[in-house]
Amino acid sequence: MFRNQYDTDVTTWSPAGRLFQVEYAMEAVKQGSAAIGLRSKTHVVLGCVNKANSELSSHQKKIFKVDDHIGVAIAGLTADGRVLSRYMRNECINYSFTYDSPLPVGRLVVQLADKAQVCTQRSWKRPYGVGLLVAGLDESGAHLYYNCPSGNYFEYQAFAIGSRSQAAKTYLERRFESFRDTTRDDLVKDALMAIRETLQGETLKSSVCTVAVVGVGEPFHVLDQGTVQQMIDAFEIVAEQEGPAAEPDVDSGQEASAEPEPEQGAAAGEGVAPMDI
Amino acid sequence: MNFTASKQPENCLLGPESDSQRTLYPYVTGTSVVALKYKDGILMAADMGGSYGSTLRYKSVERMKPIGKHSLLGASGEISDFQEILKYLDELILYDNMWDDGNSLGPKEVHNYLTRVMYNRRNKFNPLWNSLVLGGVKKGEKYLGTVSMIGVNFEDNHVATGFGNHLARPILRQEWHENLSFEDGVKLLEKCMRVLLYRDRSAINKLQIAKITEEGMTISPPYSLKTYWEFSAFENPTQGAVGSW
Repeated sequence: MFRNQYDTDVTTWSPAGRLFQVEYAMEAVKQGSAAIGLRSKTHVVLGCVNKANSELSSHQKKIFKVDDHIGVAIAGLTADGRVLSRYMRNECINYSFTYDSPLPVGRLVVQLADKAQVCTQRSWKRPYGVGLLVAGLDESGAHLYYNCPSGNYFEYQAFAIGSRSQAAKTYLERRFESFRDTTRDDLVKDALMAIRETLQGETLKSSVCTVAVVGVGEPFHVLDQGTVQQMIDAFEIVAEQEGPAAEPDVDSGQEASAEPEPEQGAAAGEGVAPMDI
Repeated sequence: MNFTASKQPENCLLGPESDSQRTLYPYVTGTSVVALKYKDGILMAADMGGSYGSTLRYKSVERMKPIGKHSLLGASGEISDFQEILKYLDELILYDNMWDDGNSLGPKEVHNYLTRVMYNRRNKFNPLWNSLVLGGVKKGEKYLGTVSMIGVNFEDNHVATGFGNHLARPILRQEWHENLSFEDGVKLLEKCMRVLLYRDRSAINKLQIAKITEEGMTISPPYSLKTYWEFSAFENPTQGAVGSW
């Protein structure tokens, strides 16, 4: 994208019918560090890469709990992401207070998208520079949505955003058909493997990534470093040995199901396409 | 004409007097509503009377209405406020349907929403002068709750408003049990309504019973209860008595 005379403000169309400011905002998302999300019928897992600026500093918080049944991972301008998370939390709390019931994630996502759209149609505003992967539950099960600065939202079976997300997307595209019926633990494992793809050769350690889960009967929470490291160790050892599971001694009972080929567990045949608009 | 403007004390919270547009007393009122959970859902009964003070002015007032797919609302108290509430709920359900997303407001949500409305109005000293009964079934779960004009709300296996609390609830406490059949539920409600008919001055002998289950909601056509007045204590009540009782 080159600089041109139609990109000064968001309320100017280009002759080709584009709003460059909005597209530049989406660029900001691509520059942020990676975030991925994947879902099964009953669970959604979010993961992100957390790089601290220096050894002295702590890393950016990129995954936010919005309510017991909704969480969000962001990529891009994290300040914008924080503000939007606060908005989402507010909406959820207000709904819960009025109706004594959790706000269906599909409705929250539409409200978020409408909020983003406003910023694409006011001369005194700028689009939010953050992409959000919203994971949540509602009456019809587990959902994963992607909200972008343009005000669009899409539902996904699995998705990745941010820098080097293409590597993760390739991995997810190969594997997504199995996600629908997979177990919660296998889903987390897949998330970790997708994160590893974005690291391009760097070692996957629990200190560089954050993983969060939400599911039926499981409120949204971020997995603690210890658990994450255990899961990483489990599948890395299995990958090295290449055979059916030698039980890794680090591990707890959780990872006993660490089969090398989780694809077999999937419902064969009815390939579930990622829900796109 | 009032030449002396009446002044409120400085610490009054009631707002400017000129907008005396808040409800001070009810005008056309409905009497008790009684409801109970039974095997397949909720049964609710209410008579069709609208009293104007002590006059039984209107005799075909429907005091129970369906709300959305899953709920049933019955009201006692000011009829015009009930109609206002129905408008609020109509809008609520409309917006809920407009999402068109497979989610829908169930009876618990509607009950909570009504509680918020009633309590907020009460806080502004402009209440909706009603006692509401909200029942419904969603995804197999039966729900029955009540909200008063001051925002007191709770759920129970059987609820009633007004006189029903004093006359019907004791009967229900004795005779209600889990998994009543439809016939037994109706018989139990009719027993309560009969007592109310005998003893509540604003009750009339023309009632409807509404049923809501997972499949949907039906309201019976209006009918009357059989009454019996030939108790020996009623014959010659003045004989040998100092007072009539």
